[in-house]
Amino acid sequence: MKRFLWSLLFFAGLVLLWELAVRARIWSPVLLPPPLQVIEYLRSAVADGTLWQASFITVKRLVLGYLIGLIGGVPLGLLTARWRVLHDTMGTLALGLQTLPSVCWVPLALLWFGQSEAAMLFVVVMGTLWSVVIATDTGVRHVPPIYRRAALTMGSKGFHLWLTVILPAAFPFIVSGMKQGWAFAWRSLMAAEIFVTILTGFGLGQLLHYGRELNAMDQVIAIMFVIVMIGLLADKTFFAPVERFLHRRWGTSQT
Amino acid sequence: MYVTHTFKIPRSASSAVEEELQIVSPSKLQVDRVSKTFRGRTGPITALDQVSLRVSEGEFVCLVGESGCGKSTLLNLIAGLERPDSGTVTADGLRVTSPGRERLVMFQEPALFPWLDVLGNVLFGLKMKPNLTPKDRKDVARYYLELVGLTRFERANIHELSGGMKQRVALARALAPNPRMLLMDEPFAALDALTREQLYGDLQEIWEARRKTIIFVTHNVREAACLGDRVLLFSPHPGRIRQEFEIHLPRPRDINSVDLAEHASEITRTLKGFKNGKREVAE
Repeated sequence: MKRFLWSLLFFAGLVLLWELAVRARIWSPVLLPPPLQVIEYLRSAVADGTLWQASFITVKRLVLGYLIGLIGGVPLGLLTARWRVLHDTMGTLALGLQTLPSVCWVPLALLWFGQSEAAMLFVVVMGTLWSVVIATDTGVRHVPPIYRRAALTMGSKGFHLWLTVILPAAFPFIVSGMKQGWAFAWRSLMAAEIFVTILTGFGLGQLLHYGRELNAMDQVIAIMFVIVMIGLLADKTFFAPVERFLHRRWGTSQT
Repeated sequence: MYVTHTFKIPRSASSAVEEELQIVSPSKLQVDRVSKTFRGRTGPITALDQVSLRVSEGEFVCLVGESGCGKSTLLNLIAGLERPDSGTVTADGLRVTSPGRERLVMFQEPALFPWLDVLGNVLFGLKMKPNLTPKDRKDVARYYLELVGLTRFERANIHELSGGMKQRVALARALAPNPRMLLMDEPFAALDALTREQLYGDLQEIWEARRKTIIFVTHNVREAACLGDRVLLFSPHPGRIRQEFEIHLPRPRDINSVDLAEHASEITRTLKGFKNGKREVAE
């Protein structure tokens, strides 16, 4: 409760500073609208459904692409960890592509898929996939050999060994790869949405972009706020519980 | 008379569980002239040179020697975790070529899986046994947790246990699939003296109750004399079995008893003899 009060106080202070900055007239109110105006935009966008629709479209693209990235990335990482030849080929490719900011895929995606959902999906998958491959590969390489030996003497081998020992032992690494993949996917999707208008649906990135075109800074700030909230929500509802579980099980918690 | 706990089979247990817990069939082992050489930094190291060994059903054999004498290598060969360069390992008439749950290994580190709780760890090996329902497996696992005195901790995480408790869980995990042979590689070496002494008692008691063939590697002579029916002395470079002692003391044995100390000091003298002999050769 005390922790909650502290964070509440902190954010209330931020909003207060913002309001003071507006009142001080350092910048024109067109460039920096007061908090109330932003809230007013949010209220109206919620009321007419724009915000829900845009959030839904964006989150749908993100979740779908992210899941494809995960479903492809974990097995691919296991394969590169299992066979040296795959590690030297596929693994090196993954490492290279992971360093490529995934927004760089946007031009290619547009040429390949046109201004379509497929292009959006492709960019998100590219953002997720390589981080997950690298993290899974690294995780498997860090599994203490004694676990494998213990499992072998208990009669586990082959696929069973990988599924019940190697994969769970590498799980802490995989989760941090998943977090990184999520962050990359989120960034690349926003960049792609700001860049490209997809006629099958307006996402949050597009709303942000039109806010700028219309010089509606209240809209820009409000959408930025929503993007931050979605990021926080994903972390608090999905990653945080998984990490808490890991810390509790493995005994790696600091607090 | 040796006072044992009566380890009760759970009342709710199905007939499959009772049957499972009543099977007691220790293994017979034969090792014929096995050799194993490793490539070391300064050239090949002969870890084992033409080592032969016979262990009969239900026997408790301790392998003793200084580090690097090949005793752990021999254990790995028997487990099937490594293959000999020459010679054969035969368990119950079948040649050992790969690890299998008939011969479970307990390592110096507990090697418990941190992603599973205590019960999950004990269940791991059991899950590969067919003919048991999930509930049966749990009953069997709980039986072994009771055997090592950790019933109350079945839901605990591994990191919450002390070193001694971890080794107890590892013992329960190794016993649960009912292997015919238990291979123990210095399992108590990392524990404090008090915990260790308690585990000597427990291990003897469990051995009485479950009758396994046990091969126990250690460099602690007293430990070997306390636990083993036979103690085999290894000498290094190349690794060979140099001498054999039979320990005819009544069980349960107390590690601090005078009789046991006499046996231990005799073994220690012989061990020192190997070293002095080698020094003379070197000079």
